[in-house]
Amino acid sequence: MSEHEYVPKSKAAKWFNDRLPLLTLGAHLTDYPTPKNLNYWWTFGGILTFCLITQIVTGIVLAMHYVAHADLAFGSVEHIMRNVNYGWLIRYIHSNGASMFFLAVYIHIFRSLFYGSYKSPREIIWILGLLIYLLMMAAAFLGYVLPWGQMSFWGATVITNLFSAIPLVGESITTWLWGAYSVDNPTLNRFFSLHYLFPFLILGLVVLHIWALHIPGNNNPVGIDIKKPSKDTVPFHPYITIKDAFALLMFMIIFAGFVFFSPNILGHSDNYIPANPLVTPAHIVPEWYLLPFYAILRSVPDKLGGVILMFSAIFILFVLPWLDTSKVRSAVFRPIYRQFFWILVIDVLMLGYVGAMPAEGIYLVLARVGTIYYFLHFIVVLPVVGLLEKTDPIPMSISEPVITGGAEPSLARKLNEKV
Amino acid sequence: MSKEEKKVKRRDFLFTASYAVGAVGIGAVIWPMIDQMNPDKAQKALATTEVDISQIEPGKSITVLWRGKPVFLKRRTPEEIKEARAVSLDDLPDPQKDEERVKEGKDEWLVMLGVCTHLGCVPLKDKGDYNGWFCPCHGSHYDVSGRVRKGPAPTNMEIPKFEFVDNNTIKIG
Repeated sequence: MSEHEYVPKSKAAKWFNDRLPLLTLGAHLTDYPTPKNLNYWWTFGGILTFCLITQIVTGIVLAMHYVAHADLAFGSVEHIMRNVNYGWLIRYIHSNGASMFFLAVYIHIFRSLFYGSYKSPREIIWILGLLIYLLMMAAAFLGYVLPWGQMSFWGATVITNLFSAIPLVGESITTWLWGAYSVDNPTLNRFFSLHYLFPFLILGLVVLHIWALHIPGNNNPVGIDIKKPSKDTVPFHPYITIKDAFALLMFMIIFAGFVFFSPNILGHSDNYIPANPLVTPAHIVPEWYLLPFYAILRSVPDKLGGVILMFSAIFILFVLPWLDTSKVRSAVFRPIYRQFFWILVIDVLMLGYVGAMPAEGIYLVLARVGTIYYFLHFIVVLPVVGLLEKTDPIPMSISEPVITGGAEPSLARKLNEKV
Repeated sequence: MSKEEKKVKRRDFLFTASYAVGAVGIGAVIWPMIDQMNPDKAQKALATTEVDISQIEPGKSITVLWRGKPVFLKRRTPEEIKEARAVSLDDLPDPQKDEERVKEGKDEWLVMLGVCTHLGCVPLKDKGDYNGWFCPCHGSHYDVSGRVRKGPAPTNMEIPKFEFVDNNTIKIG
């Protein structure tokens, strides 16, 4: 992205770089012009990279001690916890790491929703991000099955049975996924294989995600296009790296808090009971990060309908860039959308809450209201608000409001004057 | 376009033939990769289970494992059979007579997969609003014949293939 062509200093480096321009890539990543007004909500990309690497490293180590067999899996996890040197630490980092990964990804996604980062020209970044999110959910689900406790077994049963809702071929697909006539040893074996594969697929998509990001460059809190490089940008290193590093440290404090002080608070005690195909636990609930979707599934009194709606809740996000009709990216200048944004946040949190509760009475009512609103937000609110909303004046550049001591109307331009 | 260009040329034939052979070849390689995930011979070998039912008192039931799934064997009392047969078919989401769910002459024996047809949990016995089974996962209610009455389950609990080997033994599968 830098204007000048990078030339390595030493002869050897130049020789190498002419054949494989890794050094040029490194220079690009260092100089990469970044909006100077990025706030801390923009640090979660770095945090997520850290989460992915943490999961891969701890996961590879756990796989050295884990046994993917229905008779041995549960025991091998206990073996890791009790016998393997620091096994307890590595497993707790891995299991809580999944939760921290989702915590960070949800903040990252809602950051994008608030500041309009999914809008043109960043639609591909958004879609790649959603694919990463889908693979994350798949990987998390597969990983949760591996300890082969009661929640593992019945979670696997319920989720794989979602496919049995497909007309005609549903049962065959479910049997094919199982490799048996129920969730059994072949299921555990293949889940382990795929659980090992998915993080590397995610890694590949992350590379594409960042590549796509580096074409238009970062969005920013005021959501305007900026000239790069210019007075509005700073080089990625050291300005952004140090900010990311500080945010990561704060994040790691919370992470460590879970790992060392309440490593099981996000899990279910039922998963410390070995899998029993004859007894279903009284309350099976997925991990917290899947609860909103679980609430949507249960809000529909029809099997196929529930499954369709649950998947739609995710897939509707793929067309979000085309559902939002507003040309203004940042919610900072969108007084109406801003309020709907927060209603959506509350709606999703509420769905998460009722997803953890029994599907009856008031919870069922709330789940239905929440589900309807969730879809209304994307199908009705976003297109209509984008057309009707009178947006606030947006600044000419990031520097402008700072230099002139505030966004004066004379200097600010309105959306309809935008070239 | 001139007439000559429209004619099928030797090269077009070669392209089409190559694509066709290539597709068959790829298909032939992909199918084993897909089919290896289906139940293997060892899984299929577990296809039948014999159960001794001589110890089951009327009104009681046992659960056995068949192909990794629980099977409920319930010896129903005459009252329970009467209750099951008194239900109007109009009240059933998946209409089926109780007579169709048991072997003729062995009406007291209900043999069915103890698997909720919603998402595969094991329903709890003697629970729910219909004196039958209740699935704790997503709240489906089944009656004394194992037919769904309320909740998200689309169909009645499945009756597996089974036969009476003699008066005291049932062979499932």
